[in-house]
Amino acid sequence: MSEMKFSYYPGCTLRNKAKDLDEYARRSALALGFELVELEDWQCCGGVYPLGADEIASKLPTVRALNNAKEKSQDLVAVCSACYHVLKRVNDDMANVADIQTRANNYMGLEEPYTGETQVLHFLEVLRDRIGFEELKKKVVNPLTGRKIGAYYGCLLLRPSAVLAFDDPENPTILEDFIRAIGAEPVVYPYRNECCGGYISIKDKEASEKMCDRITESAAGFEADCLVTACPLCKYNLNKSGKLPIIYFTELLAEALGVKEDVQ
Amino acid sequence: MSAVERIKEISGVNPLKCMKCGKCSASCPSFDAMDIKPHQFVSYVINDDVEALANSKSAWKCLSCFACIERCPRDVQPGKLIDAARQMLIRQRGQEGLSPDEIPALLDDETPQQLLMSAFRKYRR
Repeated sequence: MSEMKFSYYPGCTLRNKAKDLDEYARRSALALGFELVELEDWQCCGGVYPLGADEIASKLPTVRALNNAKEKSQDLVAVCSACYHVLKRVNDDMANVADIQTRANNYMGLEEPYTGETQVLHFLEVLRDRIGFEELKKKVVNPLTGRKIGAYYGCLLLRPSAVLAFDDPENPTILEDFIRAIGAEPVVYPYRNECCGGYISIKDKEASEKMCDRITESAAGFEADCLVTACPLCKYNLNKSGKLPIIYFTELLAEALGVKEDVQ
Repeated sequence: MSAVERIKEISGVNPLKCMKCGKCSASCPSFDAMDIKPHQFVSYVINDDVEALANSKSAWKCLSCFACIERCPRDVQPGKLIDAARQMLIRQRGQEGLSPDEIPALLDDETPQQLLMSAFRKYRR
């Protein structure tokens, strides 16, 4: 396979509390024959997509990242669910919402206006659509045989599906296919696309804990040993319920590819 | 511009498309915590009762999980209306739902930056 290169948007948390999510992703990418080239001078996406139709300034950091990838003629990859969500939705605005497109471009003053040209991919989509899960399976040197793993999708990868177009929002399969490709057994349980509470846990910890308990109890009831996620905030919230280990999907990927020990 | 017109402008939503099927409320993970439920929220906007919305707990209980937006068969997107009501509040001085002074007491060793960023975006201008 020739060397594939993608522009890469790590995001604020992958530079700090979720360094491992980032490092396992980069190392695994190399083992799979592609490289994540970090964008220069990227700025934080804000964590949540600004829903207000009149909000422009809060979308500009994302537009800059999208345009930087366009100037390099590269697809833009994110690993964090929240960054992916924000990049994808702002990109959709820039392609399809005339008012936002005009006002953002007026502000940016680019030589050539940005109108949603960049393709945004989640790392999991690179595995599914560019590498292929069959190819991934061939690269696995340390299959996670016997592990029973629950996929936790949460909200940000899936909804709204009209824009995210990531997977079936009610019955997704990408994480289960990933789990199979690394040699483990996926555990399907009913709460895998329910909300963990997200940002409400800043002040209303009880509300989030109630939701997370339902999710982890459901997964444990179907005999999952652990849950995998792509979202640092989901991991933080789910960890509070303490019933199952919550693991980043990139850590299991690195383990299966035999490169986990390379990451310190 | 009336408060209702403002909510419609910020959200970009037409509440008159609602056919009151209740799927949004049935999908909402914060249903129990909301005094005005998502499907009722739509009716309050139609009935011009923005004051009740501004005083309700619901605007602070929405998680932006997009379940109501995903499942609405009429593309009314109640979550956008709830977000717009909260935006109208936090754009006024003194109405913010989170102050930087509160933050140190809310942190623990594992708090991800994503939580702080998201909460500030949602609860304050």
